[in-house]
Amino acid sequence: MLNVYNILETIRMIQDECLDIRTITMGISLLDCIDTDIDKACEKVYEKIVNRAGRLVEAGQQIEKEYGIPIVNKRISVTPIAMLAAACPNGDPVKFAKALQRAADTCGVNFIGGYSALVHKGFSAGDEALIRSIPEALDVTQNICSSVNIGSTKSGINMDAVKLMGQIVKQTAERTADRDCIGAAKLVVFCNAVEDNPFMAGAFHGVGEPDCEIHVGVSGPGVVRAALTKYPDASINEIADIIKKTAFKITRMGQLVGARASELLGVPFGIVDLSLAPTPAVGDSVAHILEEMGLEMCGTHGTTACLAMLNDAVKKGGVMASSTVGGLSGAFIPVSEDAGMIDAAVDGVLTLEKLEAMTAVCSVGLDMIVVPGDITPETISAIIADEAAIGMVNTKTTAVRLIPAIGKKEGETLEFGGLLGSGPVMPIRDKSAAKFINRGGRIPAPMHSLKN
Amino acid sequence: MRAVVTVIGKDTVGILHKVSGICAEYNVNVIEVTQSVLQDMFAMIMLVDITGINADFAKLVDSMDSLGSQLGLSIHTMHEDIFNSMHSV
Repeated sequence: MLNVYNILETIRMIQDECLDIRTITMGISLLDCIDTDIDKACEKVYEKIVNRAGRLVEAGQQIEKEYGIPIVNKRISVTPIAMLAAACPNGDPVKFAKALQRAADTCGVNFIGGYSALVHKGFSAGDEALIRSIPEALDVTQNICSSVNIGSTKSGINMDAVKLMGQIVKQTAERTADRDCIGAAKLVVFCNAVEDNPFMAGAFHGVGEPDCEIHVGVSGPGVVRAALTKYPDASINEIADIIKKTAFKITRMGQLVGARASELLGVPFGIVDLSLAPTPAVGDSVAHILEEMGLEMCGTHGTTACLAMLNDAVKKGGVMASSTVGGLSGAFIPVSEDAGMIDAAVDGVLTLEKLEAMTAVCSVGLDMIVVPGDITPETISAIIADEAAIGMVNTKTTAVRLIPAIGKKEGETLEFGGLLGSGPVMPIRDKSAAKFINRGGRIPAPMHSLKN
Repeated sequence: MRAVVTVIGKDTVGILHKVSGICAEYNVNVIEVTQSVLQDMFAMIMLVDITGINADFAKLVDSMDSLGSQLGLSIHTMHEDIFNSMHSV
């Protein structure tokens, strides 16, 4: 039965605490679009996406009206394009990126993710060509996101791919230097990538997924913080309980929206990703939740413990609220997209090293971190290797989305605008890891990968 | 199917009349009203039955929104499912 308090609480969450559905993402398999003629393949890709997702934006808007809840992004994830590129070895993979962009324009979606390759154990046909084409693809398109999986707990870390990705990240930033290096913000390097992630830039539609499905990514750091504000003297267990209850409510809304979208579009419902995804808006920050728990500033000693508790409580609360939880599910810590993280980074309290420690307990990894423009590709690779090692050993997803600020140094800022926010250039170590990176090969999988 | 209309803002003459007028226009039946005026702040929650609605639900939302901006009130019209799913196990 409805009661007045519950009604007003929901409205307050949406109005004052930035509660929203961050994304509804339609996953579309493109395996049936494979063709040895790249132009034919591109045409099939365009047709299939438009055919499946043509009504996605419209359905999203209808749900926004029905439930009075904003749905910030409507997105599409597709089969890793390297699998399609494999069939046409002489074609330029950038053609696929352009076809995806055309489909994004026609459907009116914010992003299409899946200009991707999975190379955690080695390169197969199409993988290397696709990876080498990423800088150009992200330069000539606006709404396409790219990801590369370079390691997994089962297979170890492909250090040849790690080396290559250092160069690719740098080149992508250089090619888009006139646009605040935005290309690098659309490129993420994964270890243990998940196949049903609705969040960008890392979304792609895994080969084990059905032909077409709908995923939902919820948000709500502002709601969690507001809930904690009411209990300034609560113990940590009580705080964990408050977070669980709040995450439950947020996730129920995601489940409702996903089920409705699936009904409207006639497509099976995939998963709810119950991540706390911050935005640069006031009151929508994960860092501020940590500060509400009792840290003077995010990044100081105690941050990792607070984040670990937050991440765990979000999962425990959310998991009962949805029939199928998946994706990344946890707390995101993208520096440039979180007002509290930006402040802490500017103050020098939040450093790359502390962020790395935080990624051992958060849902993803080193995300939206601006580094000096003169960073070497080998150093980028070394940062990727460190992060992938954390993911590999802890059997969790980790990712690296670094933005080398071409022409800028520590103390300066890159402004992306919108959801991507702005980021101060963060200091890095000046000693080289080039010899390690240039060795190539593969870091063997850890002992606990042998579970069978 | 039911929806919840909430109205919050400065009290003036005829708010209930105008909101229920829009409901009648869309063939939406008012089931329950909770309303109070504290000092000069008006707060109302109205439960309505939208089973017999004669247009898209979105149109009703738009009409309520424009009435809200006309009167300087905050009016939200939402399907009841969102409250049911968030607040009950």
